[in-house]
Amino acid sequence: MNGARRSDAIVVGAGIVGAACAAALARDGWRVTILERSFASSGTTSVGMGHLVVMDDSPEQLALTKYSLRQWRELTPTLDRRAELDACGTLWVAEDESQLAALRAKRDLYATADVATEVLDPRALSEAEPHLRRDLAGALRVTNDSVVYPPGATLGLLDDARKHGAVLRDGIGVEAIVPNGVRLASEVLRADIVVNATGPWAPRLTPALPITPRKGHLAITDRYPTFCRHQIVELGYLTSAHVMTSESVAFNIQPRSTGQVLIGSSRELVGWDAQINREILRRMLQRASHFMPRLGDLSVIRCWTGFRPATPDKLPLIGRWDPIPGLWIAAGHEGLGITTSLGTAQLLADQIAGRVPEIDPAPFSPMRALAAVHS
Amino acid sequence: MSDAIEIVVNAKVLRVEPGVTVASALLNNDHHVFRRSTTGEVRAPVCGMGICYECRVTINDVAHQRACMVTVEHGMRVDTGSAA
Amino acid sequence: MSKTRQVVVIGGGPAGIAAASAAAESGARVTMIDEGPAPGGQIWRPAVHSHPPLAAQRWIVRLNATQADVLRSTSVVDIERRNDRFVVVAESSGNGREVVADAIVLATGARERFLPFPGWTLPNVVGVGGAQALAKNGVSFRGKRIVIAGSGPLLLPVAAYLARGGAKVLAVAEQAPLANVARFAASLWRRPRTLAQAIGLRSAFARTRFSTGTWVAGARGDSTVKEVTLTDGRSTRTLACDVLCAAFGLVPNTELARLLACDVVGGAVRTDDAQMTTIAAVYCCGEPTGIGGVDLALVEGEIAGFAAAGVGPSEHLAARRAVHRREAASLERAFALRPELLSLAGAETIVCRCEDVRWGAIDQRWSARQAKLYTRLGMGACQGRVCGAALECLLGWPADSVRVPTQPARSRTLIGVSLANHQPNEQGAS
Repeated sequence: MNGARRSDAIVVGAGIVGAACAAALARDGWRVTILERSFASSGTTSVGMGHLVVMDDSPEQLALTKYSLRQWRELTPTLDRRAELDACGTLWVAEDESQLAALRAKRDLYATADVATEVLDPRALSEAEPHLRRDLAGALRVTNDSVVYPPGATLGLLDDARKHGAVLRDGIGVEAIVPNGVRLASEVLRADIVVNATGPWAPRLTPALPITPRKGHLAITDRYPTFCRHQIVELGYLTSAHVMTSESVAFNIQPRSTGQVLIGSSRELVGWDAQINREILRRMLQRASHFMPRLGDLSVIRCWTGFRPATPDKLPLIGRWDPIPGLWIAAGHEGLGITTSLGTAQLLADQIAGRVPEIDPAPFSPMRALAAVHS
Repeated sequence: MSDAIEIVVNAKVLRVEPGVTVASALLNNDHHVFRRSTTGEVRAPVCGMGICYECRVTINDVAHQRACMVTVEHGMRVDTGSAA
Repeated sequence: MSKTRQVVVIGGGPAGIAAASAAAESGARVTMIDEGPAPGGQIWRPAVHSHPPLAAQRWIVRLNATQADVLRSTSVVDIERRNDRFVVVAESSGNGREVVADAIVLATGARERFLPFPGWTLPNVVGVGGAQALAKNGVSFRGKRIVIAGSGPLLLPVAAYLARGGAKVLAVAEQAPLANVARFAASLWRRPRTLAQAIGLRSAFARTRFSTGTWVAGARGDSTVKEVTLTDGRSTRTLACDVLCAAFGLVPNTELARLLACDVVGGAVRTDDAQMTTIAAVYCCGEPTGIGGVDLALVEGEIAGFAAAGVGPSEHLAARRAVHRREAASLERAFALRPELLSLAGAETIVCRCEDVRWGAIDQRWSARQAKLYTRLGMGACQGRVCGAALECLLGWPADSVRVPTQPARSRTLIGVSLANHQPNEQGAS
């Protein structure tokens, strides 16, 4: 930002997306205040897997995840140990010939997008992950995917934001977003811009946003440092993530830097009911042990649920919200908020600063929600 | 201990009294390394009743067993000192 | 006559034994699930190759005379509500099983409270009841130099028990002041049998130094503990020892009650006159309703067992319960923890033993959940049973929420029998 006066920005929400946006805006010279109703990383960020992954449900998703991963790599030297970064890569596993064909198509797509991959035949797969069942058809290793501990990464981003002058005020609930400001319980805070980065809760402040809480379950085990080496995901995961109409589970397992094994995943649309659904938990663990038969022996120490901010078209809402002057949106990242937090923040900061973003921002404009209503 | 049974602790045969827990068998043989904590400290039983999980060892290749809750059996393999 | 009620009693200590007996005698079909290899719980735990104490035998005989099914060495890891019934998920030697119940009796007992002090993570620093449990399960303390430093009525009996087993008990340090302990001892006059026991205990280790108003300041050692420093706030003394027993009273085990959403107030499960919790058909008795000792546990257990089986209350039992509850309250006051105990940990002292989180890493302004997410405090295998109870004292942080599994369980146990043989073929829309 040029000129003598530093402009004020308010970021609502100190999850990883809010933290990343705050850091990007503060670096651009904005005087940033982050308002968090609870504490930093208390919402969706605290319950996710932290898989930094290239995904290709759509070309736009591929562009954003790939762009974000590059930024994660640039950030890597500055990440401290709280982030627990582990460059373990992703293994997409195929159960049969038809999935193997899909796997090859994925490889070809990634090749054109310059995403490094390697196809593993069943033997190479068994060597790479001895606990996977032996009759799998093969796997695609995506070399540069990795894993972080999201609350730790978020704290690092907030430190970065603070270094550039940002202020975090936690325990502060925003009651409404008003033109160029926010209304708190006892005062109105003015700012040139406001960013709604409240994940699945974003519609509470911006009611027209088409974001729905999409519940997920996770289970974590005691320490089994050699049980798996990659984040391993069944190829059908993408289908599970894509189809919004029904509940689903898919095999998605992650080695934590602690040696623990994090087991996912499930998707349900059940409102805000955070109770563990035993049937879903059973199916999720069953699905995982179908791929890794020894998983049944592992000691599970904790299970929990969380809510992904899901959008109808599976793309996040990033950009200006015209109906309210000064309001920008960075929300609706479904299960990819950890990965795409950095890309989101850069995309947003570029647009706010009037720079041309490196990737096309149009598909992510939150205004498409209104267009969908009016069309 | 004429009726002693044998267990294998870290690949070494140990003669122990039958009926006791794995924790007892180890402690009675001055074996205090049950597990290594996340920062590498040696840990051994504390609560004696299955609450604290400090005495976790690997028994017959199954990791993270509470040594204070498992009774020794002839031929049992116990591995200690791993990260848990 | 209506269908036979299925009652699952969780815990096989005095409360559980009484509840299971009473329910089974009243015609219910009873399953008692216990983590121990034989009924008795912590207080009645038989030593290896030995019998339970005399007081226990009468009750165990009564239990054995019923048709109650006893699942030994079995841990409950989940209770799921299905309509009007409960499905109790349990695990034994890595194998899961499910037991259906119309009513649940929670007799889950108590654990010891451990407070962090420098050196408390060294091998051979154990609990007070912990040392006794280890001894009964076969650990020989013969010839070992032992210091006992903690709080509560367990210190002297355990000192006596270890001394009888050949240990050299060098010192017993009770943190509560003499006046409190004396008041408690005086109250024993009203219970001559208990007093006789106490005198008998003392004679077993007559040369041991018993101090009140004295507590542990720290322990040092290398591969195991080598010496302990005790203080009374004015002076300190350091004793070379082989074993340090340090625990500060008992904490009710309320995890299953909280899993079932029962009201828990001040760490104790709330119950009505029939020992029913705030959740219908869930009863609770013994230590989880508030630390009260074996006599109260037995009465509460009987009342809970009868009620769970659908039998009305007995005035006689209710009267006895009232007496024992008054005694329990005086016990709690006598052994209240002194504030000095809450500042023993230094910045480098580990607070969460599972995740090696140090006291200095914790910001006291945080909430418990915030500390968990930022430092991994309480994220380990004990699920915060040790550090959670300590931090409740140290920082007033409330207990964490409880979810399945209520203790670590094999994932195959959680998958359960319903799906174990099912060939999964699902992903997304399938």
